[in-house]
Amino acid sequence: MHRFANPARFMRIAERLLPWVSGATGLTLIAGLYFGLFASPADYQQGETVRIMYVHVPAAWMALFIYTTMAVASVSYIVWKHPLADVAAQAAAPIGAGFTAMALITGSLWGQPMWGTWWVWDARLTSVLILFFLYLGYMALVNAFDDPERGSRAGAILALVGFINVPIIKFSVDWWNTLHQPASVVKMDGPAIDNSMLIPLLLMALGFKLYFLVVLVIRMRGELTARRVRALRLVEADV
Amino acid sequence: MTEFQCSRFSGAGVDCARGGRLVFAALDFAVEPGCALVLVGPNGSGKSSLLRLMAGLIRPTAGALAWGDEEILKDRESHAGRTHYVGHQEAAKPAMTARETLGFWAAMRGAPGTGVERALEVIGLGHRMDYPGRYLSSGQKRRLALARLLAAPAPLWLLDEPSVGLDRDGVAMLERELAAHCERGGVVVLATHTEIALGSNAVELELGDFTPSREAVLARMAGEVV
Amino acid sequence: MSAFWALVGRDLRLALRQGADAVMVLMFFVIVVTLFPLGVGPEPGVLERISSGIVWVAALLAAMLSLDRLFQADYDDGSLDLIVMTPAPLELVVLAKCLAHWLTTGLPILIVSPLLGVLMNMRPDAFWVLLAGMALGTPVLSLVGAVGAALVLGSRRAGVLVALLVLPLTIPILIFGVGAVEAAVGGYGARPHLLLLGAVLLFALPLCPWATAAALRQSTT
Repeated sequence: MHRFANPARFMRIAERLLPWVSGATGLTLIAGLYFGLFASPADYQQGETVRIMYVHVPAAWMALFIYTTMAVASVSYIVWKHPLADVAAQAAAPIGAGFTAMALITGSLWGQPMWGTWWVWDARLTSVLILFFLYLGYMALVNAFDDPERGSRAGAILALVGFINVPIIKFSVDWWNTLHQPASVVKMDGPAIDNSMLIPLLLMALGFKLYFLVVLVIRMRGELTARRVRALRLVEADV
Repeated sequence: MTEFQCSRFSGAGVDCARGGRLVFAALDFAVEPGCALVLVGPNGSGKSSLLRLMAGLIRPTAGALAWGDEEILKDRESHAGRTHYVGHQEAAKPAMTARETLGFWAAMRGAPGTGVERALEVIGLGHRMDYPGRYLSSGQKRRLALARLLAAPAPLWLLDEPSVGLDRDGVAMLERELAAHCERGGVVVLATHTEIALGSNAVELELGDFTPSREAVLARMAGEVV
Repeated sequence: MSAFWALVGRDLRLALRQGADAVMVLMFFVIVVTLFPLGVGPEPGVLERISSGIVWVAALLAAMLSLDRLFQADYDDGSLDLIVMTPAPLELVVLAKCLAHWLTTGLPILIVSPLLGVLMNMRPDAFWVLLAGMALGTPVLSLVGAVGAALVLGSRRAGVLVALLVLPLTIPILIFGVGAVEAAVGGYGARPHLLLLGAVLLFALPLCPWATAAALRQSTT
């Protein structure tokens, strides 16, 4: 990890890798969409609407994955004072919030033909909604301080506390849902998922991960440059 | 009062950044037991920041501070136990009397409440012990903050502009107590713009000397960012 | 330990002398609950159905409103520097703060809640479960709230921000607390819900003071 600890080295490596990863992202997403939209069968119950799954499910995975990334970054910021970790966590948050919003919107679009309403208080959707609130809270906190360093540190602690809480919230929402007779939910974890559906699903998941990586690096680069500009301004103002 | 088991208080290669700005860099200092260190320097040279670093309230960006051989952030509780910090703010509640406020801070440090009244007498608040904080003038509040030094003994005193708001008697009283503290083998670090007579064992530290040059800041940045 | 009780004593004394603060939170709690019959209509069946949820949600909101008292005043007048510099473990000091906060906020809310249950047409046999749930849940609100209150020190719009941060984290308390009352009304037995509330409390008891202490340490810069 500490080979990348130096921001200057990070910028150089990022510069070299970015075109390749961007290309891979594009190819994977195009392949995933092709398999998802054209080369896979429609569901015998849901018809064509099942194709929303190829966006919805990977987006929901990303929502959790990015929050986990933020928590890991926050630990390395708090414990090891890793100089890039807070930049990474802050850069990841809006991307994670974006994927979470995407999961919510596609879930709602998927639910409309299935349940006849745009929103159902289904356990999964509710958990994702709460995760969305956690993202928003994190971003609000990080940006609420005049001293950006205060925001970094407060945000790191919040991300960690939130992350520890996620399983408890998930459990309580599932508990709440079973008590209140859930609407019939599309279950993704059944054993009977055909390869023709699995391939586009995994391709899209990989594509989203690569996309996250690309945007994360671009955003980190932007933040590092912004910090440099701030520091330079201070130097200019000082002398 | 008893003599302190006092050690040398020192810092080596201390950098301090506040809000992304490097306030001072590569600062070294050392105070021997029974001595006083006076921080001087223009506004913004980092006197308050250095005192907060010494108190363990903020972390140095680089370097370390040590009490004897022990780094202060290694064991925050024992450093807190040996340190009195009097900052710009008085930490007095409007709804609590002087006696209650001081008794509370003494109890927080595990000191018996017996020293409270004596401390208030010495500091010149003997006639205001049961006044609620809201009726105390700013000079009296400052005296109340300084009374913490006496109510619970601790070897290291960190004082940020302690004479602000004090009248002439107050300053004389402060000088007396500072001298007595050094006599007992205690360590004093204080930042001030006014004259406070401290005797022969006081050393000045000009913080302006450690303000990093433009070139130094730029060189540091070049190491971090392309 | 002397620091622990000194801090509890001071905060209680301050709360008592500035009693209006604690009473305001309680009034907010009562008013929010009163709004619901006016909003959804006074039909006893409807009110009974939603009573436990309303009382719990209002308790959550009232607790959020009280959080700015926890550290903000000490932060503003410099007391927090000295509190952080107490020679006792900061986690213990935080626990003392939470205890004092609970005694001045959670406990009054708990005591008033059955009264509001009456207003909301709650079944009387559910009162004990409501009280038991509140007794286990409101301390968690103080503990989790302390983390949020410490994190927002020195930020802009701290009052709103703290609610945004803390409310999502209190959802399990709401779910188990309301679940307990509903189970009691439905005759299933509220034990599992109360046990879960207890588990959350036991989990929050070490974790929240630790996070709060970390947040306080970084707030003193």
